[in-house]
Amino acid sequence: MNTSTVIKIQELTKQFGSFTAVDHISFDVKKGEIFGFLGANGAGKTTAMRMLCGLSKPTSGNGTVAGFDINLQSEQIKQNIGYMSQKFSLYEDLKVWENIRLFAGIYGVKENIIAPKTEELLNQLGFVNEKNTLVKHLPLGWKQKLAFSVSIFHEPKIVFLDEPTGGVDPATRRQFWELIYQAADRGITIFVTTHYMDEAEYCNRVSIMVDGKIEALDSPTQLKQQFNAKSMEDVFFRLARKAKRGE
Amino acid sequence: MQTIVVKNINKSYEEAKALNNISFSVEKGELFGIIGPDGAGKTTLFRILTTLILPDTGTATIEGLDVVKDYKKIRTQVGYMPGKFSLYQDLTVEENLQFFATVFHTTIKNNYNLIKDIYSQIEPFKTRKAGKLSGGMKQKLALSCALIHKPKVLFLDEPTTGVDPVSRKEFWEMLRNLRKQGITILVSTPYMDEATLCDRIALIQNGEFMKIEPPQNIINNFPETLWAVKAEHMSALLSDLRNCIGVKSCFAFGEVHHITVDTEILSLESLITFLQKKGHTGIHVNPINPTIEDCYMQLSSSKGNL
Repeated sequence: MNTSTVIKIQELTKQFGSFTAVDHISFDVKKGEIFGFLGANGAGKTTAMRMLCGLSKPTSGNGTVAGFDINLQSEQIKQNIGYMSQKFSLYEDLKVWENIRLFAGIYGVKENIIAPKTEELLNQLGFVNEKNTLVKHLPLGWKQKLAFSVSIFHEPKIVFLDEPTGGVDPATRRQFWELIYQAADRGITIFVTTHYMDEAEYCNRVSIMVDGKIEALDSPTQLKQQFNAKSMEDVFFRLARKAKRGE
Repeated sequence: MQTIVVKNINKSYEEAKALNNISFSVEKGELFGIIGPDGAGKTTLFRILTTLILPDTGTATIEGLDVVKDYKKIRTQVGYMPGKFSLYQDLTVEENLQFFATVFHTTIKNNYNLIKDIYSQIEPFKTRKAGKLSGGMKQKLALSCALIHKPKVLFLDEPTTGVDPVSRKEFWEMLRNLRKQGITILVSTPYMDEATLCDRIALIQNGEFMKIEPPQNIINNFPETLWAVKAEHMSALLSDLRNCIGVKSCFAFGEVHHITVDTEILSLESLITFLQKKGHTGIHVNPINPTIEDCYMQLSSSKGNL
């Protein structure tokens, strides 16, 4: 495998009974790339992402994530990725530093590294005064920034972000993307889903899933040219309107 | 005639102030949007107006009825679709609708006309359990159930959160149709692009309304000069723009960056020269009209919250 390829999947498929949720999808994602994973509700994004994270076994197809086989090495995959979702990312009734300590421990970060790295992170985020604040008392935008930083605290090769900016105010949503850029510049691969089409423009490449299949995959500029569309929203509408199935 | 009148509503949860002296009114037949991020106070406001919780101070009336004294009457006249899916997951689509019709002493047949456009889309699945529906279908069922007793006022709390852009657009088309039938609609959303589909909007932040106006007025009254800037390397462009004298704010907006500028210090030509000196190529700078998101961020920063 080329060391600069972080995700490589071929003909990945997941069936639930007679229903094919993910239908023979294939793609590669490179180191440090920001890869947007778009699709309408029910297109199969979550199912595909669960397979990539080692949480669900494919019915057929194969591939590697962070250098590990998704059929055989799901435990190693889990240790080498980061994950953050809109719904759950941090423990509300733990303090800021306790959450960092907990997740760093779970991901096996060395004891002597955790404390100095925590201080560094709090400084970077401007959270030094919130170190002892319960997470439930943080504004949503702060929580999301902290959750993202926690998800990459162990410097994973790749981080999966599932609608990380839903409901976040417009300024914080943009600050969040600046954190994503910084992480990508450090070589962390970003795999992100979003319903905000302006955010699709911030990705290096975007795939659009329709009814379990990947219908388009390219840079935003190329996709707009290919579909003769003004914006990524136009591209999305053209493809997603063709969807036959509900969720 | 004013359907909703809210005066000086305050509500706190322990030390957290959820609503801070909110006042506004909604005309009969108006489609009124409350626009703001999570945690701004939208749901608290909806729960007060639908008589589910009490304000600490202040008053509110719906169709002339007081939300505290006349709560029972109000409940017969309003439809409420909460942000969290709250129908009976183990009843079928049709059973849910039947249930809500019966609770309000009516029948599906009586008001079928009102829900026809929406319900007909999920009617093929009427024997399916509500818990087994897709997100878009759940949303349509919840809206049908909120409408089945022919309410005068409809309260929709974040009906499109987490919904993909195609389904969001379809949902707003349904709202525009309901509006034509004279139903007053109060709707909340964190998606700023939906603001322009409302007759009037309130921009809410930290429990306060920053502005209440038709969306076009808010856009027209944007006090700054706004340019869209594009170049080959967008992330380097972002930091260079922020370090350029005369640039007051700079945010990424999809494939361009939006900047507000002090035109007495910085002209379009001098900005291009500045960027060329920094080594940028493929530079495009265009004066543009703001979006509601630009307006929200400008109002928010002028309140010192950024």
